[in-house]
Amino acid sequence: MAVCAAIVGKENSPKFFCCVNPDEELNFQYKVLSSLDIIEEKLNPTNKPGTEIKELYLGMLYSLETCKIYGYVTNTKIKFIIVVDSSNLQLRDNEIRSMFSKIHSEYADMVSNPFYTPGEPITSKLFASSIKNIITGTV
Amino acid sequence: MADDILLDLLHSEIVQYVVGNNDNMKDEDLSTLEYIGFSTGYRIIERLTKEMPRFKDELDTMKFICTDFWSAVYKKQIDNLRTNHQGVYVLQDNVFRFLSRLSNGKQYLEVAPRYVTFTCGVIRGSLANLNIQCLVTAEVQSLPSCKFHIQVQRT
Repeated sequence: MAVCAAIVGKENSPKFFCCVNPDEELNFQYKVLSSLDIIEEKLNPTNKPGTEIKELYLGMLYSLETCKIYGYVTNTKIKFIIVVDSSNLQLRDNEIRSMFSKIHSEYADMVSNPFYTPGEPITSKLFASSIKNIITGTV
Repeated sequence: MADDILLDLLHSEIVQYVVGNNDNMKDEDLSTLEYIGFSTGYRIIERLTKEMPRFKDELDTMKFICTDFWSAVYKKQIDNLRTNHQGVYVLQDNVFRFLSRLSNGKQYLEVAPRYVTFTCGVIRGSLANLNIQCLVTAEVQSLPSCKFHIQVQRT
């Protein structure tokens, strides 16, 4: 399944990062943050009206030799990013989509938690473990 | 149904609590109530917009507030939405839920602000999370109808 998931806030500040293999975290952080430019581009199509994406799911942002990066932006401008290993061919678009919608549900629950201040980085261990379960496909 | 009344009861208790903590009788401080509304709105909107397609513009967002949002919170839709297309929106609810339990007429007109402040906060919080910074004020001319004025702050 996916190897990494990230949540990026309204003003492009990282809120949460989760990596299946902790050794690769820095490498993935770099890839995730560089994909923010592409998200920006997809959300503001210059001089091409009618090409806006109505869905929250943005599809594949870009693919590298080693991995593919998918994006999802909520109505509240929170960005979710998932990194998938390129060698993983059996993962379909639908599954990525459902992964994102599960992450979104988890995030909505997180925001409703009275001990969490919206806009702060997410430090909850429970949240981290449920995101990990979602991206490794164990739920 | 019993679960519908829960919000009404909780809301009136919160109002009681906030008003009860006020020492100054003449000029009521309802900012705490407004803030409770703000953070409620800020949090709930994440859940309500989960299944919605992306909003095109400000008007699209306001329509969402009038229909889906209002039905989710107040079990009815806004009766009238007006705008001057320059950042001012007026939402009119002819039977506002929190005022519908009060007796009609002029008797309780001066305590009406207590019962609409929370909702002003909820609207402001929801819009703030949808990246629209605004001022929300309420106007009650005759119970139980209520008008919410939303003034978008453009930078």
